[in-house]
Amino acid sequence: MIEMRQICKTFVLGEQPVRALNAVDLHIAAGEYLSVMGPSGSGKSTLLNVIGLLEAADSGDYWLDGEEVGALDEEARAHWRRRHIGFVFQAYHLLGRLTAFENVELPLTLAGVAPAQRRRRVGEVLQKLELSDRASHLPQQLSGGQRQRVAIARAIVTRPKLLLADEPTGNLDSRAGAQVVALLEALNAEGITLMVVTHDAALGRRARRRLLLADGRVQSDEVAVHTEAEASGRGGDAPCAS
Amino acid sequence: MRLLDQLRFATAVLARHRLRSAMLLLVTTLGVAAVVVLTALGQGARGYVVEQFAFIGNDVLVMLPGRKETSGGLPPVTGSAARDLTLEDAQFLLRRLPQLRDAAPLVIGSAAVSYQQRSRDVFVLGTVPGFIELRRLKLAQGSNLPAGDWRRGRPQVIVGGKLAAELFGSERPIGQWLRIGDSRFRVVGVLQGRGDAMGMDLSDVAIIPVASAQQLFNAPSLFRLLLRVQPGTDLERVRRQLGALIRERHQGEEDVTIVSPDAVLEAFDEVLLAMTAAVAVIAAISLLVAGVLVMNVTWINVSQRVAEIGLLKALGAPGGLVQRLFVTEAVLVAGAGTVLGVLAGYGAVALLRGLFPEVPFAPPTWAVVLAVLLALLCGIGFALLPATRASRQAPVDALRSGGA
Repeated sequence: MIEMRQICKTFVLGEQPVRALNAVDLHIAAGEYLSVMGPSGSGKSTLLNVIGLLEAADSGDYWLDGEEVGALDEEARAHWRRRHIGFVFQAYHLLGRLTAFENVELPLTLAGVAPAQRRRRVGEVLQKLELSDRASHLPQQLSGGQRQRVAIARAIVTRPKLLLADEPTGNLDSRAGAQVVALLEALNAEGITLMVVTHDAALGRRARRRLLLADGRVQSDEVAVHTEAEASGRGGDAPCAS
Repeated sequence: MRLLDQLRFATAVLARHRLRSAMLLLVTTLGVAAVVVLTALGQGARGYVVEQFAFIGNDVLVMLPGRKETSGGLPPVTGSAARDLTLEDAQFLLRRLPQLRDAAPLVIGSAAVSYQQRSRDVFVLGTVPGFIELRRLKLAQGSNLPAGDWRRGRPQVIVGGKLAAELFGSERPIGQWLRIGDSRFRVVGVLQGRGDAMGMDLSDVAIIPVASAQQLFNAPSLFRLLLRVQPGTDLERVRRQLGALIRERHQGEEDVTIVSPDAVLEAFDEVLLAMTAAVAVIAAISLLVAGVLVMNVTWINVSQRVAEIGLLKALGAPGGLVQRLFVTEAVLVAGAGTVLGVLAGYGAVALLRGLFPEVPFAPPTWAVVLAVLLALLCGIGFALLPATRASRQAPVDALRSGGA
């Protein structure tokens, strides 16, 4: 599903170059469920940006679903995002001016799908997530858990293969959080590849595979594809031009 | 993304942020309306000045005593000539030159005009009945001065509307006797409207037969001689012929100045040009101010919606589409603001025309077109700039900060 080799990404913060990703190697098989943990500044969000094709890496190779996507331009990356990747965020990021239905519809609208087909697919997804009775509600009329479920509906309405969740339960109480996690895991059980970025150790431990990032490197990978020693040994400063 | 969906997306944003949309709309409307109104004011003032000269008409030459080159300056207002320009000269010219259709000699002075206890100092014009038609004046009441020999004075007067109102109040002026200087005159007519020309308000004058005025002011010479030519006559040729005839009567000297309306307008051209330029600058400044305001509001709008931009990108919108969505919003607001501005501007101009009917207020077409183009450009350009910047940002960081 995902194959990353020697991915580097450097930012310049003031005078100081910050190496957000330092020669990261990563292999994720289709249908995997993995969590990504690590302190702030460890490169989690950059990894999410790069995997989600929101940003291109400075160097390294990235294959998604067997295709080389590391060097695509913005237009092509947007195309991949639409087709293959769903995002779920901590703050839901529903557009307050749109109803739940319209929020879920948005990725299809952006993709230029015909209205009739949009209605059908949104209807299906809302029904599946038991949100049909909330379709005409605005986000502010929904509870946090409901909002996140609408956000998840929006993420999967394009039937992506990869679901990237960034602190999906961060703004929720434990009960609503548990429901959202159960929903994500159910989707994973249906075959979607699920990657959860979180600070919450309990949530992180639910994943079969746990990735720990520190200083732009993979510190530990519990269902190891590459061992920690390999990841850091192969890394070093040499492959990254900065 | 389908075009219709883009439009719906943009209108949803505008409907949701009513205050901000209203602000942008107002600013654009005001900017465009300001240009329309300001240039209409300038154009109106210009037109007003031109109209002041238009009383002379394209078929009228003005002769004044004294020789003065008219190029590069105004004609002399008070000419002192070696030889007088007399009533006999006027009659001689009218007799000898068949191209002349009519003539109106003019003697002017200031005198106290009184009726019973009321008295006012006003300009008194001495002229002939033809003056009324030549100057395109209208009588509100009564009749013109009686025709007859110009050299015969008669105790008859036409008064301006304002003067009539001040002297007679609600009394009917026609047939009343009033005193000008030491002589008595009977009111035969009252002028309609202002009919002002070259700074003189004709509603505040008394018009008496030219011979009476010459007597009153002891002025053997005419102040001006207005000459109206037959339609389709070459003014320049008539001018030369007039000069020749004057030389014939004035011992070989052409000691008069003959002014055509074109020459007078030419003298004013520089002033009018400066006025037009000033108006254009004012208009440009008001649009610039509007543009800066639009930029501010748009910039704040886009900055507040960085998270939304990140989201749209995460949902698969390419940067170009995000940009287009913001520009669509700007186009809708700028377009509506421009239309409203043009309407409001023309509305205000119509109102001004109602208030000051004698000034021809009208915005020049170039100014309206320019205002519309600049407003659209400002609205769209200032939206494009921050939207382009925002659409290049890394989205996840914007989305992580929460908010939205």
